[in-house]
Parts: sequence; structure tokens; C-alpha cells
Amino acid sequence: MSQIQLKEISKVYADGYEAVKKVSMDIADGEFMILVGPSGCGKSTLLRMIVGLEDITSGDLMIDGKRVNELAPRERNLSMVFQNYALYPHLSVYENIAFPLRLNKGGISDEEVKKRVGDAAEMLELNDHLERKPANLSGGQRQRVAMGRAIVRDADAFLFDEPLSNLDAKLRGQMRTEIARMQRRLGVTTVYVTHDQTEAMTLGDRVTVLKKGVVQQIASPRELYEQPVNLFVAGFIGSPPMNFLPARVEDRSLRLPFCEVPFGEEFADKVKGKDLVIVGLRPEFVKDAEIQDPVPGAVEFEADVDVTEWLGNELYAYIPFESDEAVRAKLDELDRDLDGEGMRTQMVVNLEARSRVREGERARFFFDPKLMHVFDPENGDNLTRNEEEAKRIAAESEEDRKRALERAKRKEAEAPA
Amino acid sequence: MDATPKQKWSLFAVSIPVMLWTLIPLFWIFSLAVKPSSIQADGKYVPREITWDNFRLILTGGASDLFLPALRNSIIVCLLATLISVVLAMFCAYAIARLDFPGKKMILLVALGVSFFPVISLVTPLFDLWRNIGLFDTIPGLVIPYLSLTLPLSIWVLSAFFQQIPWEMEQAAQVDGATSWQAFRKVIVPLAAPGVFTTAIITFFTAWNDFVFAISLTSDNARTVPAALAFFTGASQFEQPTGAISAAAVIVTIPVVILVLIFQKRIVAGLTSGAVKG
Ligand SMILES: Nc1ncnc2c1ncn2[C@@H]1O[C@H](COP(=O)(O)OP(=O)(O)OP(=O)(O)O)[C@@H](O)[C@H]1O
Ligand SMILES: [Mg+2]
Repeated sequence: MSQIQLKEISKVYADGYEAVKKVSMDIADGEFMILVGPSGCGKSTLLRMIVGLEDITSGDLMIDGKRVNELAPRERNLSMVFQNYALYPHLSVYENIAFPLRLNKGGISDEEVKKRVGDAAEMLELNDHLERKPANLSGGQRQRVAMGRAIVRDADAFLFDEPLSNLDAKLRGQMRTEIARMQRRLGVTTVYVTHDQTEAMTLGDRVTVLKKGVVQQIASPRELYEQPVNLFVAGFIGSPPMNFLPARVEDRSLRLPFCEVPFGEEFADKVKGKDLVIVGLRPEFVKDAEIQDPVPGAVEFEADVDVTEWLGNELYAYIPFESDEAVRAKLDELDRDLDGEGMRTQMVVNLEARSRVREGERARFFFDPKLMHVFDPENGDNLTRNEEEAKRIAAESEEDRKRALERAKRKEAEAPA
Repeated sequence: MDATPKQKWSLFAVSIPVMLWTLIPLFWIFSLAVKPSSIQADGKYVPREITWDNFRLILTGGASDLFLPALRNSIIVCLLATLISVVLAMFCAYAIARLDFPGKKMILLVALGVSFFPVISLVTPLFDLWRNIGLFDTIPGLVIPYLSLTLPLSIWVLSAFFQQIPWEMEQAAQVDGATSWQAFRKVIVPLAAPGVFTTAIITFFTAWNDFVFAISLTSDNARTVPAALAFFTGASQFEQPTGAISAAAVIVTIPVVILVLIFQKRIVAGLTSGAVKG
């Protein structure tokens, strides 16, 4: 159990590349912290600095209030699951899991080792494989062995580096819930690196979004989704990703490619002096006006649907639009930052499965402008972010987290020992 | 990868000439060793009669005080040279594989250069030096030149093996709480075992087969088998010692065969598979 604090941590590699820039964060005791970001943004570097495999160029790393920058990995008492598991191929599964215990000189008796490995194996359902060698195991089993090795000793925190990235979708889902359950049960502080959206949103108490070594936002998944601080976070979180539309600022309204959205007094201040902004609209916020009555204040529009994809439980419709030259550069840059597949000059909308919208036809849609985000095209800041709402969400999720931990502890206490 | 039966047979067909090439001289030695001295020079490949006289001669008979001490010396010298060479090469290769220090390339190149150095050019200066400092005709006097002979190759082989072991193995061990030494001993060495055995065998053979150093740097006390063979004489003045020499050659081949049989199983490639996913 411990608290990890990063204070303006930077990393400059030997070749002069600055992979991590002044990252600060507080990870509370028992918290599940996720690090996400596009490939090469410094997630692994950050994790390896925490565990002690990479020197910290500047800044302080504190564990439980003690500065540990100079401690060797084994003195930090953290355990890590490597991206490629790094199991010891010459040892059986049992010995792999027991490895950290055996190193503890003089400390742990054979019986104790047996019991602890047994417990870990039980929890990870590895009992049938204890005598086998890692080479003969499936990916998911190897992953569980790696996890067993991490949890078998009383580490102060768990660090995971994309542990599920090489598993197939089904196994990944399974392991994800398993990790979540285990973390709650053990109540151990966890830092988890991923670039998978779903993992980030479902596992984390809080998520840190990194871009090129710089922290963009540290917040609960819900806050990231509802109140992103900038274009990058807004585009990174959510699947399918948020639509970004160019909008002309007019006297009392925003002129979008398909429609016009009126705005009130207080918003007018924020966009004063700008004649162009970027509007962010999540696919799921656009509804089919044929099957649903517009909510009060909704903006209605008509558009030509280019392609539709029916997935059984939902329907994606793609609506092309003319991109504005003035924001084109900004959106292209954003797309590159997000490892995107190309320019997005189409809007994706996520409709109900029973929608009758078909490709090549004109259809009527509506959306609630209150759910829309407006971004500054210069620096990407979110002009519609509601700080109070953000605070409320943060407080709520913190409370949820504490409750979940307590629940897990109670359950643990009730369970027959 | 498993070969199909067809592949197996074609491999077998290719290896037959190689096997013949290497086995014919071996059989020849064996046949000379079991021929009675009277028909030694009859020029027949397959002996007409078989006798164990030659073996008796070198193990219990007149040549035994020449052969048995030499056999003992050979074993001691080779084991010592192998042990020291493998341990030294292991540390050296580990440092080369893992650390980035100035002059690393230099060390590797010098090691390679040294192994190209003609052995014979070392012998005369060594002979003088050993006489002066009292190493002549001693066991260390042979072990040291063997080390210089085998270390370069051992370092090269082992550092190649160490470089193949993923860094993450070691980092995982460190995170698990191992000291550098524990990580080396419990993870790296077992993983490099095929390399260690390979080097051990190369070293052992080099020392076991050496003639130049053995004949020049020893006299009666530390003479090894290859040198001792040169001092064999026939049963009488008029007889060639061919039979006895062949018998001795057969006997010294036995440990080599045993070693290969023992270590063959250990030198399995792909020991590291399963360490990482994929
Ligand atoms: N040893 C190194 N020397 C120099 N630069 C490095 C080194 N290791 C990583 N980098 C650079 O640091 C940056 C961050 O690397 P890092 O491995 O932390 O990325 P990541 O966020 O984990 O990416 P991925 O999602 O692809 O694993 C990359 O641009 C990479 O090129
Ligand atoms: Mg990484």
C-alpha cells in the first residue's frame, strides 16, 4: 500500500531526446491510475522511471513521501508486469511465480513459499500448469504467470506495461475484468499503461493522457469524456472518436457545415474576436429525428448520408462535409498527433439500430447543443469546459473509488480465511 | 521445425560422405591399435587378427609409466584450463554484452586478433620466460598458454549468447528484487547454458589436442598425452611404436566422445523460447 508522487519528472535519453517533460501527478493509496497516449508519447519511459529501470533526469519521485530517485529497483519494492511478460524460460510456472520469494534471503520458508504461490495460482487459475514451462503456455496463461509473479510478494504497488496488448479481443476482455477484480480485492496502488481506449475507460480510477511526453489531463474517465480540456484529449477519448467540425462565429450563432447553432450571452465572451472555431460533437450525441422527438432546444439539420454500417446494436452513418481551409491545418495536425488514418472530412454519427437512415439518402438529425464542445483553433483549448461540473465529477469518482475499495475490503474480511 | 521424412532422408544422404570422410581415419587408427605388431605394415584396412597387446602395453606394460602420468596430466590441465577459461570468459563476455564502456570494440578486436596469432611464434619466448620464472614443466605452465589460446574464442561465443538474452529478463529479475549478482547467477547463466557448454567443449578440446605447447613447455613432470606419444618407443629397437601410439590415441578419444555425448543434450538451441510472448 502506498502513495506515489511524481514532481516535475523529466527524462532526456542519452541521444538527447526528451521523452518525458515535467510530468507531475499524485497517485493515491490504492488508486488505479492509467497512462494513455499515442505510441511513443513516453508512457513506458514514465513507468520504467517509476520502477527504477530508467534514470530520472530531473524532478522527484516520492513513494510514501520518501524520495526514491536514487534507489535501485529492488529497493523500491514495486512489482511490474512487462509488456512482453519477461518470464524466466528455464523455470517452471511454479518457480517463476516463486522467484521473487526465493530471493528474499533467509526470510521465507519453503512452506510459506508454497502457500503463497498456491494462493496466487488459485486466484489466477494456474493450478493445472504449475509444473509446465512458459514456452508451452498460451498467451493468456503466460500473462497470468507474469501477473502471479507480480502479486506473490507484498509489493507496494503494481506497474503494468500494456499487459494485454498481444492477446486476442476475447481474452483481453476476460483478463481486463480479472485485473480489475484483483486490484480491488488487493487494494494495491496500480499504474497501468495502455493505448487501448476500453482498458483506459473501464479499469482506471483516473486516467492520465499524455502527448509527446507532456501531460494533457489527469482525470476520471467520465471527466475526460464529458469535460476534456483540449482538442487532443477530446479526440483521443471516445470511440468512434469525436467529430470535429469547422464553425464560423457569427453575431449570435455558430455556422456549422450543416446547420446553425445559436448561443447565449456568456458564450459570446469566450469567442469574442474569433471568427472561426472548431466544434466537437460526439457521434452518440446526434440522433435520428425520424424515430425520436427532438429534445427542447435541440438543433435540427438535414444531411446526405454517404455510408451506413449496421452493427446489430447500433448504426453508424457517415456524413461528408466541406472542410474549411482555415482549420484544415489544425485538424490535420491533430490527426497526426492521434495516429489517425487520414483527414476526417466526414462526420460519424452513432444512431439507434432501429433507425431507417440508409446510405445515399437524405436524413434528418438533431443534437443537443449543450453537449457540444467548442475549441479554440489556435491552441486547441476547450472553450466550453465547465470547471464546476468537472470538479463535481472528480469528487464523485473519488467517492466511488473509496466506496469500491471499502466494499472490497469488507468482502475480504467476510470471506472465510 | 520438424523435418518431413523426405527432408530427413536427403539430409541423411548428404551427411554420408561427411561421415565417411571423418570416420575412415578413425577406423584406421582403431585397426592399427588392434593389429598385432607382426602384421602392422601389411597395408590392409581391416585387420586379419585382433589382439589387445597394444592396450596392455600402454596401460600395464612397459609404456605405462610414460602413458598413465601423461593421461593424468592431460586430464588435470584440461579441466583446469576449461574451468578457468569459462569462468573468466563468462564475466568478460557479460560485461561486453551488457555494459557500454569505452574500448569495448577494441577488446573484441584484440581478442579476435590474438586468436589469429600463430601459436608457434609464442612458444620460444614462453619457453625462455617459463624457464626463468620456474613455470617450465609445471601444470600452471601449460594452463596459462591454453587460456590465452582459448579465451578469445570463448569470449566471442559467450558474448554472442549473452547478447541474445533479452535485457528484460534481467530487468524483470531486478524488479523482482534480485541483486545484480543474483540476476546474473539465477537468470542469465542458466539461459546462457548452451553457450557455456559450447565454450567449455571448445576449450577442453583445444587443450586436449594441443601438441606444440605440450612438447615445448614440459619435460617429465607435466607432459600431456599428445606430447607423450612422441616419446613412445617400440617393444624392441627394430619395431615401430605404431601400435602403441594408436592404442593411446584410441584411449584419449574416449573422454572426448563421452564429453560430446553428455553435453550434446545441453547444447539445445531455443532455450529462450517462451520467455517473451509471440
Ligand atoms: N533508449 C532510448 N533512447 C532514446 N530514445 C528512446 C529510448 N527509449 C525510448 N525512446 C524514445 O522515447 C519516446 C517514448 O518512448 P516510450 O517507449 O516511452 O513510448 P510509449 O509511450 O511507451 O510508446 P508505445 O505505446 O509505442 O509503447 C519515443 O519517442 C522513443 O523513441
Ligand atoms: Mg511502451
